[in-house]
Amino acid sequence: MAETAPAPYVGRALKRVEDPRLIKGIGTYTDDLRLPGMLHAAILRSPHAHARVVRINVSAAQSITGVVSVLTGAEVNEHCGAVPCVADIADLRAPRHTVLAGDRVYFVGHPVAVVVATDPYVARDGAEAIDVEYDPLPAVANPEEALKDGSPLTHPDLGTNLAYTHTLTGGDVDEAFRRADRVIKQRIVHQRLTPMPIEPRGVVASYHVGEGTLTVWSSTQIPHLVRTLLPGMIKIAENKLRIVAPEVGGGFGAKLNLYPEEALCGHLAMRLGAPVKWVESRRENAASTIHGRDQIGDYEVAVRHDGTILGLKARTIADLGSYLQLLTPAIPTLTGLVLTGCYRIPAIRLDVLGVYTNKMSTDAYRGAGRPEATYLIERLMDIVAREVGVDRIEIRLKHFPEPTEFPFHTASDLKYDSGNYQGALSKARQLANWEALMTERAAARAAGRLLGVGVSTYVEICAMGPSKAMPAGGWEWGCVRIEMSGKVTVITGATPHGQGQETSFAQIVADRLGVPIEDIVVLHGDTNVAHYGRDTYGSRATAVGGSALVMCIDKIVAKAKRLAAHLLEAPLDRVTFANGRFSTAGNDRRLSWTEMASEAFVAKNLPAEFEPGLEASSFFEPENFTFPFGAHIAVVEIDRDTGLVHIKKYVAVDDCGPQINPLLVEGQVQGGIAHSIGQALFEQTVYDENGQLLTGEFMDYAIPRAGDIPEYILGSTVTPSPSNPLGIKGVGEAGTIGATPAIANAVIDALEPLGIKHLDLPLTPERIWRAMQRHAVEAV
Amino acid sequence: MGVRSKRGRCAVPIQVRIRINGRSREHDVEPRTLLVHFLRDFCGLTGTHVGCETGVCGACTILVDGKAVKSCTMFAVQADGLEINTIEGLATNDRLHPVQQGFWECHGLQCGFCTPGMIMAAVHLLAKNARPTRDEIAGALHGNLCRCTGYSHIIDAVRHASGQQVAGR
Repeated sequence: MAETAPAPYVGRALKRVEDPRLIKGIGTYTDDLRLPGMLHAAILRSPHAHARVVRINVSAAQSITGVVSVLTGAEVNEHCGAVPCVADIADLRAPRHTVLAGDRVYFVGHPVAVVVATDPYVARDGAEAIDVEYDPLPAVANPEEALKDGSPLTHPDLGTNLAYTHTLTGGDVDEAFRRADRVIKQRIVHQRLTPMPIEPRGVVASYHVGEGTLTVWSSTQIPHLVRTLLPGMIKIAENKLRIVAPEVGGGFGAKLNLYPEEALCGHLAMRLGAPVKWVESRRENAASTIHGRDQIGDYEVAVRHDGTILGLKARTIADLGSYLQLLTPAIPTLTGLVLTGCYRIPAIRLDVLGVYTNKMSTDAYRGAGRPEATYLIERLMDIVAREVGVDRIEIRLKHFPEPTEFPFHTASDLKYDSGNYQGALSKARQLANWEALMTERAAARAAGRLLGVGVSTYVEICAMGPSKAMPAGGWEWGCVRIEMSGKVTVITGATPHGQGQETSFAQIVADRLGVPIEDIVVLHGDTNVAHYGRDTYGSRATAVGGSALVMCIDKIVAKAKRLAAHLLEAPLDRVTFANGRFSTAGNDRRLSWTEMASEAFVAKNLPAEFEPGLEASSFFEPENFTFPFGAHIAVVEIDRDTGLVHIKKYVAVDDCGPQINPLLVEGQVQGGIAHSIGQALFEQTVYDENGQLLTGEFMDYAIPRAGDIPEYILGSTVTPSPSNPLGIKGVGEAGTIGATPAIANAVIDALEPLGIKHLDLPLTPERIWRAMQRHAVEAV
Repeated sequence: MGVRSKRGRCAVPIQVRIRINGRSREHDVEPRTLLVHFLRDFCGLTGTHVGCETGVCGACTILVDGKAVKSCTMFAVQADGLEINTIEGLATNDRLHPVQQGFWECHGLQCGFCTPGMIMAAVHLLAKNARPTRDEIAGALHGNLCRCTGYSHIIDAVRHASGQQVAGR
């Protein structure tokens, strides 16, 4: 009887297997953990941006019933080591980043003391009862001011606020600028942003005295990197440390870090002999979890009269905040790598000045370096087009490499894997009904309405990455096991936190093993289960982690074929595997995975030199990054009286390679665009000139709400990456990278009749209204 | 806040009786105990989440006497004698509520942290308005923040729950 192949799971918009527990409210996030005898920690933080800590009096706190321990830096720091930064930057001046402040505080939110109590309310009472005498010192909050002579120093012992200067060059920049007909200059400020996952960070640590092992549950994207790095801080062997990332309520880069609180809770659990929980308040999250972006750049573009771009020069000041977190200084250097975007720009020079200020550290926030680059180059393309009088679509098409030119080498020495930028742009214009839009815009302008259309074409660096380019390995690990019952257990080191890999990885494995998806369980997030991993960031999980699973399956199938040949009494090369069955011509017997697993584990009838079991683990090492791309088009209308921007239409065409689950891809793109809407229109982390944080809550920091979101028109093109066996490029950050410049370009296009050429983000009604008033006055 | 003794805790614990998901719960609590902490810490109902403690994010949304309320903005003592529904009580005999089903069908969640509050707010909306428009849904969810989905699939989910056509589902 011929077996028909079941419909493949890959490519289908399946609903997620992780959802039932989450929609019933029975998933377990860090704050939901309750251990016997668990104590609760509260952290007292600095209200000053820069101050000398004169004296800390903890006696009132200690006298509160229920307070178990009150500790300051003097008692903790010698046991906790320094918070690590793993970025590889030449000549980096770095302050020692202790877990609690020493005799100085360097930013608002700097942890000063910790109170451990039997109850979280009492722990907060204790923190309130600590009396700290501060001697406030001059603070610097503006990175340009920080570079001037006489500026207050963030870390006086470093003698300067300049952490490093990083220069990236490619091609002959001087020659490009000599040959240019014109040099177009623009200053662009990229605001500071707060990632704001809805679940704040949290840590529970429990020490098991008998075994000498420590378990740390943390709301983190990177349990494996934490396991690699935490032993260096709290002196516990890596193999006695278990990190668990339970349900994680959003990350966006904010949880791609090793934070002082993870070391602190681990230390406290060992020191006090009881489990310790700490959960961040929203105010702490806004002040003491990493921020993103915050770059000020002066850009120069060398152009010919016909719009040909010969070269690009930039000087960027990157505000690092007061300390280096895990990747802080590396983020602005990533910006340089993709600054030429989708374009053939033969020469580039970028000087990045990393600067310390008395603010929270910046680090990887969704997109990490690439949103900055894309926003910059896409604004510059529009500015150049307008200055030289070339159509903005034409100028983009003119500089795209042809699809046949891939792999395409950029001036920054990247090798773009594959692409068809023309195809994505053409599809986006078609979905947006471009010609009709142009007519509509002309009619609106004639009627005095401020309607604008913005385009952005982007390429990003994903699937991070080749180990030679990553600080601590860029591979991913996976394990596939056919259980004795024939059920399949999949273990991945790529730790998802909302991306849905329990579903998408099961889709990949089900097709390749030919088993029903219901028979597969995907495990992750616990270093005692997923022994190795490099976790989830940089849109890497499916491209790199999924590929590791493909390697595992290939190994298992090859091994199982040997067993099948033995059981079917056929030569190995006559055994075929299809639709989950092993068979050979001329024999009706078709061995299922259940039969195979039973034989492999019972192990009574195995071929010679055949190890029992059907399990394989693999490390996948990517040979290159992947380079997803796309084209976004935004249509906005601005209220002339208020400056309020209304997004009328939004088209996104993204190419992330083949899609495992289009529903999940759509979710990633839509979520990413929402971050961009926030960045383009309302979000901004604000410190005053004294370094006081003014956006310390959701009441002051405006993330998008349901009513701020347009109905999207989404499309995709599929250009496989040659860099991994699944051809996947990655999609986690695409929306955030492509959308910000599309919206910004649309707003500036809407304001063009008023003579406005550029405005910095966020494009709030106030900022637009003020610009409109200014230009109205100038026009009179 | 009540009067704080030297022992830290407020002087007089108060007995509170609240009917939660059809079951009466009785505990002695400090007057300052937030309703969300009563649910989570006294009743073990951890599906109601804490995202901001300032009434902005909506992760702690529950139904109090049928109305969507942010449980971080109420003290437990204020809920004495009231009827409360939380996310845990929504599915009956393991049969999902239509709003839960809609969120599942339409990929209305990613990390799932805002989801219980989002679902409870949507349940309240549909009780008042059985077939809301897109704008009405967005308006009703104005007090619930989601950082993962970009809301589009959430709006689809609520339309699905109200029996309206959702493209592609």
